[in-house]
Amino acid sequence: MQNWIERQPNWLVIAASFSCLLLLWQLLVVLGGYDRFILPGPADVARQFGVVVKDGRLLRHTLITLSEVIPGLLIGLLIALPLGYLLANSPLAERLISPYLIASQAIPGIAIAPLLTIWIRSTYWSRVLVAVIVVFFPILINIIAGFRSVPPELYQLMGSLRATRGQIFRKLEIPAMMPVLLAGLKVGATLSVIGALVGEFVQPKSEGLGFLLVTARYQFKTDLVFVVLVTLAVIALSMYGLVTLLEKRLLRWRKQM
Amino acid sequence: MMMQSTPHFLQAEGICHSFADERLPVLENVALSLPAGAFVALVGQSGVGKSTLLRILGGLTVPTGGQVWLDGMPIAAQQAPIGIVFQRDSLMPWRTAYENVRLPLEILGEKNSSFSQQKALDMLALVGLAGYENSYPAQLSGGMAQRVAIARALVHEPALLLLDEPFGALDALTRERMGQELLRIWQAMPVTVLLVTHSISEAVLLADEVLVLNGRPATLTDRIPIDLPRPRRLEQTETAVFQEKITAVRQAIRGD
Repeated sequence: MQNWIERQPNWLVIAASFSCLLLLWQLLVVLGGYDRFILPGPADVARQFGVVVKDGRLLRHTLITLSEVIPGLLIGLLIALPLGYLLANSPLAERLISPYLIASQAIPGIAIAPLLTIWIRSTYWSRVLVAVIVVFFPILINIIAGFRSVPPELYQLMGSLRATRGQIFRKLEIPAMMPVLLAGLKVGATLSVIGALVGEFVQPKSEGLGFLLVTARYQFKTDLVFVVLVTLAVIALSMYGLVTLLEKRLLRWRKQM
Repeated sequence: MMMQSTPHFLQAEGICHSFADERLPVLENVALSLPAGAFVALVGQSGVGKSTLLRILGGLTVPTGGQVWLDGMPIAAQQAPIGIVFQRDSLMPWRTAYENVRLPLEILGEKNSSFSQQKALDMLALVGLAGYENSYPAQLSGGMAQRVAIARALVHEPALLLLDEPFGALDALTRERMGQELLRIWQAMPVTVLLVTHSISEAVLLADEVLVLNGRPATLTDRIPIDLPRPRRLEQTETAVFQEKITAVRQAIRGD
């Protein structure tokens, strides 16, 4: 039996297990006799999905959320890159800055979100900033680990060739840290969705998937809550998939191992 | 030692070195001088400071005391790149064999000329790796990876080649063959070689002269000329005169 499953293509196994899951879900709803606003069945969710796709609401709110997620991730990366470089290369900077960085991790980034709505007038940017804060640290840690993973022999090799600082950065450090950086970006990609969503929770302006989720809950439209949850999962998985694709392109040499 | 008639190509005086986290200095008052085109081996017990000395001579580590001159210039001011080969893991895994060999030319700014391309390919052929240009390091055996590293160390025609136990991670047979190849390449190119090794027979078989580093802090205690005829062949290791040299070096390392 186990052998038989292992021989099937990946997509078939996933499709089959997903169908089983849906079936169990529907069975639970029917056998348990739950009301639709407590636990809607997959059929209810699918119907609601059709409704919000048709009236354009899902697309509109999804695009709003995406417009917060992607800049959040990129800005987090752009701040973490030079800071990580500094921390990895300067023991002084490391001693000065890292205690604060570590202490700041004792405060959940999510808890800072309400403060940001006080300080930042723009709804949009306060939401982006929550995403930045959430993705920043794991990416930074990976960047530092990436720079530190460069073998000392390769630095000495560059020294023997009298390479400039810039050449060392371009030809050694960046490619050497790329695997670790991309691993960090994968974690950051899923976290950025959480960050943007939290930003939308605390900054309740009438747009974004977070807003849609909150309103759906207030209106006991539990099937719509499920639609939003599924959409969020799809966004997070797509971001993850995108980074994996990037990884496959950039790290082709790894496949040869 | 300073009385040689050939010009001193690589010269060091009064080299002292301490690491920040260690109480005793590693090196104390090391002086040496290599004529251009020489093949010199540096031996000593493990941890004695051979690699540190090698890095100081290549200008990769700044010693706490003393001076190094390369080709008449203080090493810190010397802009000419050198060649260096480490024991292992010194290829860039994201570059193919060819791209690894091309690296020094890129650094020196000869990136796009077809001349430099040909040079990198010729160098790979010289170390016997024609046909492996597009292989990644992970696809190569240990011996092949070290050949690529040697090609990379020589492609920009450095005047000085530093070898830090280059064959230390290889099996005995591959190691012997690589030693012979190294001699062949050295004879084909005008390069001064300093080889750090923990194999006494390798040092005696390859070098013109074996330097012995001893003590803590370490200094050069012996300088044993190896006046065996060249070209050197593996069969020479069986001769009595070769064995005498081996014994001499071994005694020098033990400090007898």
